[in-house]
Amino acid sequence: MNLPVCPAPIAETETILLGHGSGGRLAADLLQHVIMPAFANPILARADDQALLAIGKEQLAFTTDSFVVKPIFFRGGNIGSLAVHGTVNDLAVGGAEPLFLSAAFILEEGFPIEQLRTITATMQDAARSCGVQIVTGDTKVVERGSCDGIFINTAGIGVVRTGLTLSANQARPGDAVLLSGPIGDHGIAILAEREGLSFESEIASDTAPLHVLTAAMLESGGLLRCMRDPTRGGVASVLTEIARTSNVGIDLREDAIPVRPEVRGACELLGLDPLYIANEGKLLAIVAAEDAAAVLSAMRSHRLGEQACLIGTVTAENAGLLTMRTVLGARRIVDLPANDPLPRIC
Amino acid sequence: MCLAIPGKVMTIAEEAGCRMARVQFEGVTQPVSLDLLPEASEGDYVLVHVGFAISRIDEGEAAETLRALKVMGMLEGELPPQDQDGENAVRP
Amino acid sequence: MRYIDEYRDGDLARKLLRQIERKVTRPWVLMEICGGQTHTIMRYGLDELLPKGVELVHGPGCPVCVTPASLLDRGIELAMRKDVILVSYGDMLRVPGTKMDLFSARARGADVRMVYSPLDALRIARANPGRKVVFLAVGFETTAPANAMSVYQASREGLNNFFLLASHVLVPPAIRALASSPDNRVQGFIAPGHVCTVVGCADYEALVTEFRLPIVVGGFEPLDLLQAILTLVTMLEEGRAEFANDYTRSVSFDGNREAQQILGEVFEVADQSWRGLGEIGQSGLRIRERYAAWDADRVFDLAPAAAEAPSACISAEILKGLKKPTDCSAFATRCVPENPLGAPMVSSEGACSAYYQYRRHNLVTLQ
Repeated sequence: MNLPVCPAPIAETETILLGHGSGGRLAADLLQHVIMPAFANPILARADDQALLAIGKEQLAFTTDSFVVKPIFFRGGNIGSLAVHGTVNDLAVGGAEPLFLSAAFILEEGFPIEQLRTITATMQDAARSCGVQIVTGDTKVVERGSCDGIFINTAGIGVVRTGLTLSANQARPGDAVLLSGPIGDHGIAILAEREGLSFESEIASDTAPLHVLTAAMLESGGLLRCMRDPTRGGVASVLTEIARTSNVGIDLREDAIPVRPEVRGACELLGLDPLYIANEGKLLAIVAAEDAAAVLSAMRSHRLGEQACLIGTVTAENAGLLTMRTVLGARRIVDLPANDPLPRIC
Repeated sequence: MCLAIPGKVMTIAEEAGCRMARVQFEGVTQPVSLDLLPEASEGDYVLVHVGFAISRIDEGEAAETLRALKVMGMLEGELPPQDQDGENAVRP
Repeated sequence: MRYIDEYRDGDLARKLLRQIERKVTRPWVLMEICGGQTHTIMRYGLDELLPKGVELVHGPGCPVCVTPASLLDRGIELAMRKDVILVSYGDMLRVPGTKMDLFSARARGADVRMVYSPLDALRIARANPGRKVVFLAVGFETTAPANAMSVYQASREGLNNFFLLASHVLVPPAIRALASSPDNRVQGFIAPGHVCTVVGCADYEALVTEFRLPIVVGGFEPLDLLQAILTLVTMLEEGRAEFANDYTRSVSFDGNREAQQILGEVFEVADQSWRGLGEIGQSGLRIRERYAAWDADRVFDLAPAAAEAPSACISAEILKGLKKPTDCSAFATRCVPENPLGAPMVSSEGACSAYYQYRRHNLVTLQ
């Protein structure tokens, strides 16, 4: 048998690739090498889901997020639901009470106004049930073909009253890792509606505001180190980021992670791992071990935390890595994928 | 790429001259071609690869394999086989 | 999930492991052929759970890994044409050709779409009568029948804007090439269960006779693989070189007749170049003359294959099981999934990508 050689390497880094928006390794690289250096300042460097600002006597949380989900309408909601809940959640996980949102629309020429009405109505309903107001915004229209229907950016402001420092750099060995409920629903719901993929399921997006849940958790008095909502990139991305930022290991138990049977079925079918799939109404919390029971109890008393569970622990070994004990008993790394298996998921 | 998943045939219909089935995988349903497995019938479990059923799961063989695994080691003085829901399983 | 979860049972797995431990009295080198099997082994840490005497080496059963770079180049050339929609299975999208991959081509304006099934490719062709839909069809014998059906269906329908850019590889010639190589260390093979589901067992039985090496058909779940390993180890310890089928819930001796028929109808056996391994005679499939109108290679005027530039990639030795990814000096340093030096680092079933994902740091511990 001949032994020819393999091809030269591909180093395609002069243009943006889809993977740069995925929350995986490429995205982390873009952030680290292009974005962060451009805007270097200590608040940004903390790289949490929100910026904590001391203004006068108040601690304010400020955050922004853009929504480019495709398709725009899906079982369980639409781009407007994500736009409100997503930003509310980024504030909530910082321990803030969300107060005000901005909403900026980029619309494609030809986009049906009827759909815009539906989306804004959804946003208003969501805002009202969250107790926030959409107080400012903007609308731009671009030529047909220059954006995909509608893109939305929302920014949000909230007030932080907890004395706790909630940040990705706070995890310590021994801490408990809590999850509010089954994972993967949102990503699978979106996938089910994409063209070219013919599968039907009853799964709906889990898009929901988490601020009441987080308030209950803070109320419990437990020592919370960090809270995050695992959106694009899933549980794996968030926990890997915390492991790196805090320089600790995080070890999960595969049999402790709740996944709905239908989501499992879809994942098996498509060769996807639920750990990497986006959620829009779930919460991860790192909590001091002695307070895990109290915080879990607070979570379970809330509708969105009914199935809250302990899924792992923070360790001193394997610092910077997320690992998992499989159902067979061996331990393996849960790595960050280079690319997202599911682009345009939120 | 050799990913093939077992699912249950729910309904079968002709579509544009192709024999198509709706196959269910734990709550997710997919249209699957039976052109490579025309003898498949409703209620069968089939192995699906890239949208085609490529074999029927032989339920008898499947049960036999598991049964053989469960009694394995008994003759060599191992622990007794697990009962149906694994209650007697010894966890190291 | 039925017919999946039962075969991931931790207690039964431990039982099988204990049995294997009891049987092993000397070191054995086994090879699993299929990339899907490699992935299961890595994902569940089976290689680390097995007794030290049993060494698993990984075979060339990753169709994405062995697809020639020239095929990707031709796919990209076609994709860049305005009148073409290039349709492909997901795993092929990030495999580098000689200059770039399909994903990058898309970033440069090519219409590249991912499908999960040849049926989706046909649908796209029907929905876009004014464009030429080229389906990058790769695979082993498991996937070839489905790919063949797309051409057969297109011909029946008179769908004239659908084309196959095809590259298929056959497993038995690869095993033959490995087993007859002077540096072969493999003493027993786990045959790919889904390939055998399609083609049956006769070829594998013949290989056992030809090389006097045991071959056991294995499935893809942890218990399936452990069972196949136990059978192989038992045969080897008892000095028997035999064939056995340990995936009986899916594999019959005759295989799937319909699938074999459609394979013979649309394809014929031809010589094939395996990326990283070179030419293996009569180890691939070519579209038959009667279906030439749906063969992208015959219909389109495509540039001749560009030479592959030399690189540090040692995929030849990886695919033959002579070296492990961790033996490669470029592994996880210069060669990473975002910047692969070769195909085994790109495909989700490639040995290097599996090692990168699960074995970069040596963590797996026994319970």
